Amino acid sequence: MALTKEEMLVMYRKMLLIREFEETVANMFSQGQIPGFVHLYVGEEAVAVGVCSNLGEQDYIASTHRGHGHGIARGASVDKMMAEIFGKVDGYCKGKGGSMHIADVELGFLGANGIVGAGLPLAAGAAFANKYLNNNGVAVCFFGDGASNRATFHEALNLASIWKLPVIFVCENNMYGISMCQERHQNITDVADRSTAYGIPGLTVDGNDLMAVYEAAAEAVKRARAGEGPTLIECKTYRHRGHFEGDACVYRSEDELNRWKMKCPIKRFGDRLLEMGLAGRDELDKIKEQVKEQIESALEFARRSPLPDVSELTKDVYCD
Amino acid sequence: MLEMTYAQAINAALREEMQRDGKVYILGEDVGVFGGCFGVTAGLIDQFGPQRVLDTPISETAIIGSAVGAAAAGLRPVPEIMFMDFMAVCLDEFFNQAAKMRYMFGGKARVPVTLRTVCGAGVGAAAQHSQSLEAWFTHMPGVKVVMPSTPADAKGLLVASIRDDNPVIFIEHKVLYVLSGPVPEGEYSIPLGKADIKRPGGDVTIVATSMMVHNALAAAQTLAGEGVEAEVVDPRTLSPLDKDTILESVAKTGRLVVVHEAVKNSGFGGEIAAMVAEEGFDYLDAPIKRVGAPFTPVPFSPHLEAAYIPDENKIITAVKEIM
Ligand SMILES: Cc1ncc(C[n+]2csc(CCOP(=O)(O)OP(=O)(O)O)c2C)c(N)n1
Ligand SMILES: [Mg+2]
Repeated sequence: MALTKEEMLVMYRKMLLIREFEETVANMFSQGQIPGFVHLYVGEEAVAVGVCSNLGEQDYIASTHRGHGHGIARGASVDKMMAEIFGKVDGYCKGKGGSMHIADVELGFLGANGIVGAGLPLAAGAAFANKYLNNNGVAVCFFGDGASNRATFHEALNLASIWKLPVIFVCENNMYGISMCQERHQNITDVADRSTAYGIPGLTVDGNDLMAVYEAAAEAVKRARAGEGPTLIECKTYRHRGHFEGDACVYRSEDELNRWKMKCPIKRFGDRLLEMGLAGRDELDKIKEQVKEQIESALEFARRSPLPDVSELTKDVYCD
Repeated sequence: MLEMTYAQAINAALREEMQRDGKVYILGEDVGVFGGCFGVTAGLIDQFGPQRVLDTPISETAIIGSAVGAAAAGLRPVPEIMFMDFMAVCLDEFFNQAAKMRYMFGGKARVPVTLRTVCGAGVGAAAQHSQSLEAWFTHMPGVKVVMPSTPADAKGLLVASIRDDNPVIFIEHKVLYVLSGPVPEGEYSIPLGKADIKRPGGDVTIVATSMMVHNALAAAQTLAGEGVEAEVVDPRTLSPLDKDTILESVAKTGRLVVVHEAVKNSGFGGEIAAMVAEEGFDYLDAPIKRVGAPFTPVPFSPHLEAAYIPDENKIITAVKEIM
């Protein structure tokens, strides 16, 4: 099914929204306004947007420590996300979770995660629930190249394969797990090769090409909804910023970074829209302006929101 | 005396033990060129090379499991688990393998693994990167549990841990890494199972661990201004526990407050309190008090996190309740 111009512009806007959100968080972090650890998604926007644009109401996603992009792509409120990152009461988790735990279960967002590789079995479980409830929903798990070395990756893929679960495992191969480049942390270049071991389809796509990601995910989602089981999609991409804010990046070269910056997924898709005559420069500029305003107002929202009351400390541990 | 930080003291202990014994090696995530998530292993790869300072994939079960196997086969691994919270993903390797091997094999195995990891709240790292889980490990026969509170203790205790033939979990505190303090020159070790009196006093005993030693000392200082002399006892090793030093202190003061950062429920403070109730009941002039975190996960918002961590005031309040 071909995408309409409107759908493509929505995707473009979402990528920009992620970029602007992340750059604002980086800025606030460097000013000492954000506590804790933040891991930013700059450079990887096409993966989250390309995949989540295929999802509907019944579907779930499970995310990672680098989760802001996944949340935004799933349709989470940037106001509530920003407030959460600031530890404010109007944040998604009332300020109790922070950047690494932003979640909106009602939206089908099973949360960012502080434990690398934790999302894979969770997504398999959400997919199992959808299958059990027979609601035609699927689940997606985003995870890194580094996470593909965790036991949970292997156990979840195997389980999903034998139970034919409607789940899509999306590996964001940004070539590093903190300081460890892929070459040093695994003996393969394509994480998708691991699908063979579980007898499921696996494919590698250019993770900075929004349309390539979108199409691969569309096929996998279709397969999952048809009851044909899981797919492993590997998206080759790169994080423009350090592993976390404050990382001096001693393990990679400026040169490598610059080469990847040239392959910016947002610029690339914007150029494509222009080439295809689907949008004019002024239209794209206008989207950018609106996105900037949206993020500015999210920042305002976060700043204005009060801190959680101390009584919140002991609430929400158990259901009432 | 030299002046160094807690992180530098740990680094120095690793360096010296690796120099002394070729069987000692380090493995963990980003411990090489990156120098560890908190910089604790900085420079070691330059001196000892990638054969002895091994960067691993994100595979905690393989990090600990392989260390246990290598230890049984004669090496002395010092694996690092980046955050103590991640022990949950490799507990079997430590709990069912390392801890029990010697006993199950009828005393015929040695598993000299020193697992270094880091606990503690205070940096806004939230629920999965801030926990103090020492009580999981004090509940494991066969494992020694060490929690240093100062640079000097960290160095001496790590040396002793690496030389110990048993599995040891060496629990550092992330807020303490930047704490600077005097460290003896030259080689030394501090025996495991030996508590230290960090401040003498005759009116009340405060047993505190890790970061809480510093909060207890601050409380003791304030209390001294009000005429109450607190004795601050740092067990340093929780398993085996130096009962004698604690009991002698309580015999002198007649009052006991136990403080740790972990949640109070089923925390190690309960063990200390129960031990004193069993073995030193007659010394007590007042009920025992425990100070620990509330029974909740660690919150993110700095404001809630500050309310979560037992501070000087909570310790003072507990002392006053039994004075
Ligand atoms: C079980 C576990 N081990 C280690 C960590 C520490 N850690 C956080 S992110 C990370 C690297 C993850 O790499 P990758 O999966 O490739 O994701 P990326 O950061 O590149 O997006 C590590 C080692 C963790 N959070 N959880
Ligand atoms: Mg990665």
